[in-house]
Amino acid sequence: MTFEYAPAPESRSIVDIKAKYGHFIDGKFVTGKNHFPTINPATEEVLSQIALGGASDVDKAVAAAQKAYTKTWSKLSGKERGKYLYRIARILQERAREFAVLETLDNGKPIRETRDIDIPLVAAHFFYHAGWADKLDYAGLGKSPQPHGVAGQIIPWNFPLLMLAWKIAPALATGNTVVLKPAETTSLTALLFAQVCQEAELPDGVVNIVTGDGTTGSAIVNHPGIHKIAFTGSTEVGKRIARAIAGTEKKATLELGGKGANVVFDDAPIDEAVEGIVNGIFFNQGHVCCAGSRLILQEGIADEFIEKLKVRMAKIRIGDPLDKNTDLGAINSREQLLKIQELAGVGDLEGAQRWSPACTLSDKGFWFAPTIFTGVTQAHRIAREEIFGPVLSILTFRTPQEAIEKANNTPFGLSAGVWSEKGSRILWATQQLRAGVVWANTFNKFDSASPFGGYKESGWGREGGKHGLSAYLKEGK
Amino acid sequence: MSFYGIVDGSESSLKHFLAQLPGVDQVGAEARAAMLATRSIKTTSKRWAIDTAISMVDLTTLEGADTAGKVRALCSKAVRPDPTDPTVPSVGAICVYNDMVAIARTHLDSIGGQHVPVAAVSTAFPSGRASMEVKIQDTQDAIDAGAAEIDMVIDRGAFLSGQFGLVFDEIVKIREVCGDRAHLKVIFETGELVTYDNVRKASYLAMLAGADFIKTSTGKVAPAATPPVVLVMLEAVRDFYSMTNRRIGVKPAGGIRNTKDAIKQLVLVNETAGPEWLTPELFRIGASALLNDLLMQRMKIDDGYYASPNYVTID
Repeated sequence: MTFEYAPAPESRSIVDIKAKYGHFIDGKFVTGKNHFPTINPATEEVLSQIALGGASDVDKAVAAAQKAYTKTWSKLSGKERGKYLYRIARILQERAREFAVLETLDNGKPIRETRDIDIPLVAAHFFYHAGWADKLDYAGLGKSPQPHGVAGQIIPWNFPLLMLAWKIAPALATGNTVVLKPAETTSLTALLFAQVCQEAELPDGVVNIVTGDGTTGSAIVNHPGIHKIAFTGSTEVGKRIARAIAGTEKKATLELGGKGANVVFDDAPIDEAVEGIVNGIFFNQGHVCCAGSRLILQEGIADEFIEKLKVRMAKIRIGDPLDKNTDLGAINSREQLLKIQELAGVGDLEGAQRWSPACTLSDKGFWFAPTIFTGVTQAHRIAREEIFGPVLSILTFRTPQEAIEKANNTPFGLSAGVWSEKGSRILWATQQLRAGVVWANTFNKFDSASPFGGYKESGWGREGGKHGLSAYLKEGK
Repeated sequence: MSFYGIVDGSESSLKHFLAQLPGVDQVGAEARAAMLATRSIKTTSKRWAIDTAISMVDLTTLEGADTAGKVRALCSKAVRPDPTDPTVPSVGAICVYNDMVAIARTHLDSIGGQHVPVAAVSTAFPSGRASMEVKIQDTQDAIDAGAAEIDMVIDRGAFLSGQFGLVFDEIVKIREVCGDRAHLKVIFETGELVTYDNVRKASYLAMLAGADFIKTSTGKVAPAATPPVVLVMLEAVRDFYSMTNRRIGVKPAGGIRNTKDAIKQLVLVNETAGPEWLTPELFRIGASALLNDLLMQRMKIDDGYYASPNYVTID
């Protein structure tokens, strides 16, 4: 017998997408220029036209943010700022389904994830930071730590609204004002968030959103009125930003790439480890900077484990991101799809063995089947470079020391996972792993109270938790 | 003796085999079960799932107050769950206490229900606290009276005190009594075993000893058939099949009261053990109240509205 799940699409009637958008500056939606289309990557349907922000738009946004900082936001008590953040959080919860559907349409990720993970985490991040707003004296940064002023924030397309929350919530809680640029392929939820700011009656200019591409981002980074840069994206762009602000007084936090290692010991809870590996690399189509894109398996269990992984991967449901039963959605853009295809092709050329479950992919939109490569070694490019797609490289090890050496043998250091039922082994391994986040017997778990960030080329600074506040504050007396 | 060429039945071989099974991470198993519970089953697939679930129900009455009249009424319901709609399938089996087996069998045969088997709960159900002689006699009685399925309980006291050989031997002996005449379902009472590691160990112990089905609970102890417990058992039958090429059935019982819960169970089966298990031969749901909710939901799909509960029969 076969149990076919009939399509269970989430209705898109809840969202209202305008034909054209401008920027959100000084509390108002203003017209923009040089529009470019934003599409639904699952169908290539054009959803709307997004304005390409130029130097003058950034100027206006920075000026509005500076004015709001001096005239209102820095004068408010922490308690009053907290009220606005609580209000934003509640509105986000009330409009959660609308945000989830819009995010899925614009990004291509499954509605199950936007509904159950992205949007709940977004609201939680605002609630968490609302609580900090009047308690900054107790953040371990001395008495009355001070905000920097205007924060320039540039976010990626993989978790559009969640990354916005990670940037805006701590900035506002600590008394900074914001000029934020969403990624060029995923601006819609940021623009809807601008409506939430209006609905919450946030003072004009506290949050400004300028849409655009790399040139817009560059204008923000290089603008003299910006006091602090917060960037999430590729290591390549991160390095450019670091060069651009060198010698200036601008502070910066950078959340960059990763090549996370998931180390599975032979005493691991195997079924849950298989589940964790699947979640580690196929969550959000592998468009996760902290994805567990390298599986480092103890040799004695490798064959059995890979067999189980294949059985599990055959159950991954790929298709319409708006279908509530979809596990793996669309790749966010053609550009990204080409990059994934190129690197997977390199894996073939390097002699690694590619495997994907049988699945039919739509010929419209951008799709890539969940893929594993076995027989990968440290010398392969697919073991070293961030693919940022649903592609897992599998390596093996013989001793615990070897596992750690392989896991750490990367220029990145954002995340790692350890799988073992032996407590002492977990404690030992987590101390050795050079990564900002190490998960034990789980993966891709996020919490507002837990700092997130990278070692080495995975970035500077931390976001979230008490540690994340320090990025937005000058130490007090 | 050799059991599937995996253990020889001795205490030490069992201990060794069970000790090398991978552990179950509680958080991970619960997260997976919770994720599968978010599957949205609509329209045609819902209709299919409801009929499949009906055919898998072990319609159960296990009360001190059971009478011949009550059991006969249940038998009628089992054969034709909805007297107004002949397209509704019969349930998987009737599940009763030992002394009701003959009554149930006779009545089923007299109303055209020859295809509905009678399952008897056995081995000093629900506690399992009796001598081996009594347990064997209990089982023999039920089979002689016409039971085609035996739902035996394991000795949880022996299991929890680490006497795996004792638990194993009991299952082997009852298996012998059943022979070719009855299918054997082994009940763990997972609410008393408590940990998922124990559920996994008990699953292998029972499968190696010759169980045809592994079953979560008696229905007398809560919690019973929680989704993560069933998930762990489905993983066990899946992996046992790849070890031995033999498919063992799974029967959650207790706590599955409505269509939503039943469909969640079918999703668990589909995405864990696989679609091969989606048959009454390999998956049963022990329940009493569930059947009426399945019937109500079935009517709702056909009619487009919820009927009054008076449109389904109470027994």
